Amino acid sequence: MNNNVILVSNNSPHLYDKFQKLLTEKNLINKYQLKKFNTFGLNTYTSIIKIYPDKIIYVDSLENDIEEIVNDHLINGKIVKRLLYKNEHKNYLKSGPLPIYHKQLRLVLRNSGLIDPESIESYLSREGYRALAKILNNTTQDNVIDEIKISELRGRGGAGYPTWLKWNFTKQAQSDIKYIICNADEGDPGAYMDRSVLEGDPHSVIEGMIIAAFTVNANNGFIYIRAEYPLAIKRLEKAIKDAKEYGFLGKNILGTNFSFDIEIRLGAGAFVCGEETALISSIEGNRGMPRPRPPFPSTKGLWEKPTVINNVETLANIPLIILKGGDWYNKIGTEKSKGTKVFALTGKVKNSGLVEVPMGTSLREIIYDVGGGILNDNKFKAVQTGGPSGGVIPEDKLDTPISYESLNELGSIMGSGGMIVMDHTDCMVDVSKFYLQFSVDESCGKCSPCRIGGRQMLDLLTNISEGKSDESIIEKIEAISSAMQKASLCGLGQTAPNPVISTLKYFKDEYIDHIVNKKCISGKCKSLIVFEIDKNNCIGCHLCAIKCPVNAISGGKKEIHYIDQNKCIKCGLCFDACKFNAVIKS
Amino acid sequence: MEDNNLNYIENAIFEGVEDIKLSEELMEHIEKWKDKPGNLIMILHRVQQIFGYIPLNVAVKIAKELNIHLAKIYGVITFYHFFKTEKPGRHKISICMGTACYLKGAEKISDELQELLGIEIGQTTKDGLFTLETVRCIGCCGLAPVMTIDDEVYGNLKPEDIAGIISKYTNIKTGV
Ligand SMILES: Cc1cc2nc3c(=O)[nH]c(=O)nc-3n(C[C@H](O)[C@H](O)[C@H](O)COP(=O)(O)O)c2cc1C
Ligand code: SF4
Ligand code: SF4
Ligand code: FES
Repeated sequence: MNNNVILVSNNSPHLYDKFQKLLTEKNLINKYQLKKFNTFGLNTYTSIIKIYPDKIIYVDSLENDIEEIVNDHLINGKIVKRLLYKNEHKNYLKSGPLPIYHKQLRLVLRNSGLIDPESIESYLSREGYRALAKILNNTTQDNVIDEIKISELRGRGGAGYPTWLKWNFTKQAQSDIKYIICNADEGDPGAYMDRSVLEGDPHSVIEGMIIAAFTVNANNGFIYIRAEYPLAIKRLEKAIKDAKEYGFLGKNILGTNFSFDIEIRLGAGAFVCGEETALISSIEGNRGMPRPRPPFPSTKGLWEKPTVINNVETLANIPLIILKGGDWYNKIGTEKSKGTKVFALTGKVKNSGLVEVPMGTSLREIIYDVGGGILNDNKFKAVQTGGPSGGVIPEDKLDTPISYESLNELGSIMGSGGMIVMDHTDCMVDVSKFYLQFSVDESCGKCSPCRIGGRQMLDLLTNISEGKSDESIIEKIEAISSAMQKASLCGLGQTAPNPVISTLKYFKDEYIDHIVNKKCISGKCKSLIVFEIDKNNCIGCHLCAIKCPVNAISGGKKEIHYIDQNKCIKCGLCFDACKFNAVIKS
Repeated sequence: MEDNNLNYIENAIFEGVEDIKLSEELMEHIEKWKDKPGNLIMILHRVQQIFGYIPLNVAVKIAKELNIHLAKIYGVITFYHFFKTEKPGRHKISICMGTACYLKGAEKISDELQELLGIEIGQTTKDGLFTLETVRCIGCCGLAPVMTIDDEVYGNLKPEDIAGIISKYTNIKTGV
């Protein structure tokens, strides 16, 4: 099998044909695999051509350029410089990891880093508030709903509910008072997409809220934001003030008879307050406990009034859809998941950071092309999406195109955008324990399946990690999971078992290893590790004994040392201290 | 709402608490929010900003100002992790226990800090210099594992770095 590959973007079929023709003519057709690749509606370049194994990327090539590429590059090995892809700094990128820019499509992050977030003029210069002007000028509320419906935008807060439907329920609800809430509580530990949008482009979220308010007849809005994000709060305050001065907020917006105002309300460090009914209870000044749905907030929300509640990223998409049209938006993404998604790519990956890609991009592209691969070139083990409500995805599923449906099928969820890469040094039992511990800490305690079930399951996992279990434990875990999923009141309890279920699904062997063989191959589960001294290597330097915090090591100078297993707390200090590899970890 | 038993206990507490005169600024803030529905959390945020925690006598004052039960205030304070009922130390050390930091060894950092300072998570050192807390992701996952001391971020930490970092703050103390 030859590994000479030419990939041509699917928005330029004529270039593909031209390649085919030339390669055939020059008798090269057997030497190269010619393929098309999907750019998912990405339209920054008219064409993209990638040549492997040279890792060369040509962009914006025209039909006549193909001949040059074939003659110079393929036949004579000379790179066609003028067509090369350039990065932000105008440097040619010829080798190394594939450049990330054309994998990313910045819609939500369109202004982040490009504008001064504290200047409304800066936002205005990038078509800011033009969507608002457009709808106030000559659009009906129904038109807006239609446009959002055509775009097929779905909520980015996790559940993926169609935004137009939500808005329509609230629009149709009979009430003099209605509210818009922006959910900026961002609770997933290890994720910061919404914070970046709010800090980088606060007006886009505010504009989205104003458009929502116009559409459903709301006159008051709230942004519920975590107190842990002081900079984002400061920028939002400034943005709201400026928008008022410019007449985009307040009474008679842009001279119309539509009035709308926004207030900021601070969260106070309770994950469950990201859940919409708990959030509402918190804005009302109470303990943030969820209540059963229905009734849904869209008909009975804040102070019992119809309320639209949307995530930050959802709202930031709105102005763009209004300006460019639902049709345009609808072309990006997969069949049922449209547009882009912002992820916070972190963990054992070379380039950590925020990534915005079209729906349908594969996990492999995100981790390897955008993220640059695994840190220290370690072996990839799994990627986790959806935080404490999500699950892990193993190597053989990495080519799955990302969508709400595909991730659900794999036993994970899209979630709000946390994406954490794990390598062979991470223990799956330990990881699921970590997430479950989070959910147990954050359970509001209102309903017993979550409060008690979560605790019991955590105990079981702890037993596994300490080697105190037998195979029957898996059945018990499954029974509790199913009870929590079915009987918990809110999403927190219903999804808390997901990290456990998905690790069990893909890494059952690792559980069995802990349960039956009492072994943790990644060495994370402390109780299963034993530190011993190798008699052949120990020279009696006594260094380990000095380091040991619990005096578990005995032996005089120049004598072979010994670790008392009953005293050892497995801190590993002796292992790090010994210069003669005489302390063995197993 | 009328609960005599509660009123009885509350009055006893009210009597046992030293009266405090709130600053004009805080009173203005309370005045501004007083008649708005859902005001309590916003008022508590300001109190904590000023005092670093919610002192009992301030809570009592707010109960009177807003004409609500003290139990309601404590119900809210204890539900939200952000609100503290005890005076924090001069420097707040927050160890990130978000997923990225956890995977990159935040526990070892946490162990080292607890060992060095001789306190557990959530406690304050006897000299009132340090309070140790955990947080969930501060958005610097690329630098994991991360901790903050007051507003300063320390990333790519190794257990052996901690003593040096802490000593910078203890030295400030002796300098004062
Ligand atoms: C436990 C829990 C935590 C949640 N946290 C958040 C959050 O931090 N941010 C968010 O936007 N939605 C969060 N949600 C989802 C919200 O309940 C709600 O579905 C969302 O804000 C709706 O907005 P969208 O339709 O724009 O996605 C959470 C849900 C649950 C059950
Ligand atoms: S599922 Fe958990 S968090 Fe949700 S209401 Fe029940 S106890 Fe509270
Ligand atoms: S692992 Fe820690 S406690 Fe155990 S012998 Fe080594 S230094 Fe002592
Ligand atoms: S997980 Fe620690 S900074 Fe994000």
